[in-house]
Amino acid sequence: MKIALKALISATICGQLWLAPIVLAVIETYEFSSPDLELRYRQLSQELRCPKCQNQNIADSNAPIARDLRVVLYEQLERGATDDEILAFMVARYGEFVRYRPGVDRNTVLLWAAPGLLLMLGAVGLLFHFRQRPSARSTDLTEAEQAEITRLLGERRD
Amino acid sequence: MQARRFVPLVVFAVLAGLLFRSLSIDPTELPAARLGQPFPDFAQPELKSGRQISVSALSELPALVNVWATWCYSCRVEHPYLVALAEQGVPIYGLNYKDEPVKAREWLAQLGDPYQLNVVDEEGSVGLDLGVYGAPETYVVDAAGHIAHRHVGVLDEAVFQRDFSRWFPTVASPVAAAGSEGEQ
Repeated sequence: MKIALKALISATICGQLWLAPIVLAVIETYEFSSPDLELRYRQLSQELRCPKCQNQNIADSNAPIARDLRVVLYEQLERGATDDEILAFMVARYGEFVRYRPGVDRNTVLLWAAPGLLLMLGAVGLLFHFRQRPSARSTDLTEAEQAEITRLLGERRD
Repeated sequence: MQARRFVPLVVFAVLAGLLFRSLSIDPTELPAARLGQPFPDFAQPELKSGRQISVSALSELPALVNVWATWCYSCRVEHPYLVALAEQGVPIYGLNYKDEPVKAREWLAQLGDPYQLNVVDEEGSVGLDLGVYGAPETYVVDAAGHIAHRHVGVLDEAVFQRDFSRWFPTVASPVAAAGSEGEQ
């Protein structure tokens, strides 16, 4: 009974977490001329960041500027603009800031390199860690200590 | 091996330094993407006359371009200061951003009109081309017609003297007995 309840609760929580992004997204209806455009609309509107409410993408934000950007996005997609053209249009007006995946430049190079650098740092750390462990473990016992150990082990066996 | 003991301390110090620095960074301040570029062209009606204007209407340069709307509370706060600046001879062009022209004309009739002219931007398309994300915003357009500076938020004496005065050296300091004190 208890287990069943637990499972139910965790299933509910997981279900909600899974639903969250869908629930948050602003509800608007656009008529797309093809499902491909709709897919690109979804992808781009999640990748473009709202300039006003800075930790939301334009798909989730209710800010007027986000609505404007969604309209622009829709219009440009229907007009046949490529993803690159649309991103360039946005960046020209709002800076690299509007992209959640900014291009690599002087300001963002650290951001892009950080995961790799941290991974390397971790690898080097681990390497050192495991290299030093064995030598530290095989401590040099004096002969007297070694004899004591043998004696103690021998005692136990008896 | 003694040096190892200081690793946590160093990590802590670096982290503390970074976090301390970030306390004084304003995350809402965005770099203006349009800096150094010509003011984007537009074809919009003018607020009072209704005639169609383009970017060539911004003829008296250097000038301020002020993004405002009647729904914007901070715009009401900064309005007296704009009036005072205009009295000092600073050319100010308005961008009436996502507003209703009728309300905007009423506002100017009531509170005074510091603007040379106003670009009506009901759809926010000129604002979008400028990279506006809220009101008020104030831009400096330099003598060559390029966007030289952007300020987001209320323009007041302190901000003007700090960031704007180099384009308008003839403006007295302080600008406005009328601006801030006169209102109260």
